[in-house]
Amino acid sequence: MSREREVKAIGQAGWRRTFGAGIVSLAYFFPVFYIIMTAFKTRPDALAMPIKFLFTPTLENFYSVFVRADIQGGGGTNSGFGLYFFNSLFIGGTSVFLALIIGTSAAYGFSRFPLRGNDTYLFVILTTRMLPPIIAIIPIFVLFRIFGLSGSYTGVIALYTAFNLPFSIWMAKSFFDDLDRDIEDAARMDGSSEWSVFRKICLPQVYGGLAATFVFAVILTWNEFLFALMLTGTETRTVPVAIARTIGGQVGVDWGLLSAIETLFIIPVVIVTFLLQNQLLRGVTFGTIRK
Amino acid sequence: MFEIRLEKVTKRFGNGLVAVDKADLTVGRGEVMCLLGPSGCGKTTMLRMIAGLEWATSGDILIAGKRVNDLPARERNVAMAFQFYALYPSLSVEDNLAYPLHAENLGKAEIAARVARVSEALDLKSILKRRPHQLGEGEKQRVAVGRSIVRDPTCFLFDEPLSRLDIQLRQTMRTQIKEILSRLDKPTVIVTHDQIEALTMADRIAVMQLGKIEQIATPHELFSKPTNLFVAGFIGTPQMNLLGAVLAGVGEPDPTGVVTARFALLGENISAQVNGGVAKLPSGSKVTLGIRPRSFEFVNTDASDALHASIDIIEPMGAEVLAHLIEKGADLRCVVQNNVALAVGDRVAVRCKPGQLHVFDDAGNLVG
Repeated sequence: MSREREVKAIGQAGWRRTFGAGIVSLAYFFPVFYIIMTAFKTRPDALAMPIKFLFTPTLENFYSVFVRADIQGGGGTNSGFGLYFFNSLFIGGTSVFLALIIGTSAAYGFSRFPLRGNDTYLFVILTTRMLPPIIAIIPIFVLFRIFGLSGSYTGVIALYTAFNLPFSIWMAKSFFDDLDRDIEDAARMDGSSEWSVFRKICLPQVYGGLAATFVFAVILTWNEFLFALMLTGTETRTVPVAIARTIGGQVGVDWGLLSAIETLFIIPVVIVTFLLQNQLLRGVTFGTIRK
Repeated sequence: MFEIRLEKVTKRFGNGLVAVDKADLTVGRGEVMCLLGPSGCGKTTMLRMIAGLEWATSGDILIAGKRVNDLPARERNVAMAFQFYALYPSLSVEDNLAYPLHAENLGKAEIAARVARVSEALDLKSILKRRPHQLGEGEKQRVAVGRSIVRDPTCFLFDEPLSRLDIQLRQTMRTQIKEILSRLDKPTVIVTHDQIEALTMADRIAVMQLGKIEQIATPHELFSKPTNLFVAGFIGTPQMNLLGAVLAGVGEPDPTGVVTARFALLGENISAQVNGGVAKLPSGSKVTLGIRPRSFEFVNTDASDALHASIDIIEPMGAEVLAHLIEKGADLRCVVQNNVALAVGDRVAVRCKPGQLHVFDDAGNLVG
């Protein structure tokens, strides 16, 4: 609503502040920049000291992400990274969407049709986030064995969905709580059923907040390593696990290859964040500048 | 047939608070009823019960002759304009206006025609494509009114319709809403805490306090015959003077039927023209005398039969002056034309104009 004003406020900052902010941003962005740079370096360039900022870029690292060169030369074999990227996208995307759909519905219920002991339920949901996840790894590992879920998509997706649920329920509930109830009453008086009130009136008002929740959940899930390491199999391996397996090797770490994988790994998150940036800004400031 | 009727309607909330207590109210076809009272008096709860947004604990709510107690809001066919407008933020003005019509399963052409008619009447044509957050307060108000009149409900409800507008806009909208309501010929209930709003817009006003309806009357009647001390003190600005007195005696009616009573008031004996009903009170009863600030007239200081007091504060109010007189701890508010020369500290004498004295008995009810 006040985008022009915000843009103007940024433009009004003095040169010194702008410069200072630039330095800080650069410091934050440097590691990412360094990774992207290394991804385009040949092996000697990547290891050179002092750091080479000028070099002839090469795409060979990106090629070898997907195709592992044979020692004897020739065509090379599939490294499996295509599958791992698909796995990360599929598992992450599905579980985040599921968590968002279930979480939003649950949050609306908690917010609008409170049960007896509503707050207790909400607290119980939150407690699953209170302990460090590593504590739960053994029981979950055992459960996965018993139910034959180890190494399956279903298992990992279910687990990630459950992980993202508390977060999405609490976030979405706070968005719904902030809405003006009169608007819903107005819709009821205008002949809306409870479903239309939710679907046509409440939901569109929290899209911004849900987008923010979506991005946070995507980042969390995308980067998740511990459970993926324990519970995925060769067919369902996600990129973080695959990266870890790349590090080990008889010939030392191939930094160029590693950087290339990481560069590719960053891209989906950057795209999601970029597409939703307007919503994201509205989402994180929800309730503070809304009225 | 088109009336709203409330019979002994009570609303008790879960925490035991009785928001509305056995309220009886009838709003006829084409009548504008204002629910007026201080905040927390139950007026909004009453409106929401008619709307179907709150359930009545007991009693009957009838709209157009049909008991609607158990019907949810969407089945009552009642239109309501909310205090904070409650426009749908994600929809354009046009879609906001069309929203109630979708529920009625009207055709596209009919919806468009109705939206066009309302936007014409309320001068919304130029802002149809805008979203609510791009509108000014006055425009939002017009859209909210438009959305409530776009369909054909059995009655209209307005919750504090003008409270968010600035004074100028308020006056224009007041006239505009009144004009629209007069054409609709449906029962209308308006909730307000602003008595000017109520007095100007309503055909009848129900004054409420602590969940009870104290009086239902036309604006004029409310002003000239407040049924009890609460209504007397609540209606009229500046507030009516309410003074404790003792009835000294009531004379016989004179040939024209005028009854004069004598009172002991602030240490003086005064006589004043009263309603015949006062004769029923025994001499020596404690009463409260209500005198509107504009009912006082200044008389010569040596006049008998008048209240003597000193001017304490003078507040100019434009064409008039509000003078606070003090005497024996009592504060008399007195409004006079601004050309009357008054000075703080002056000793003056005032008298109530004939026929403008209200007498309340010990229980606080109007006598007569």
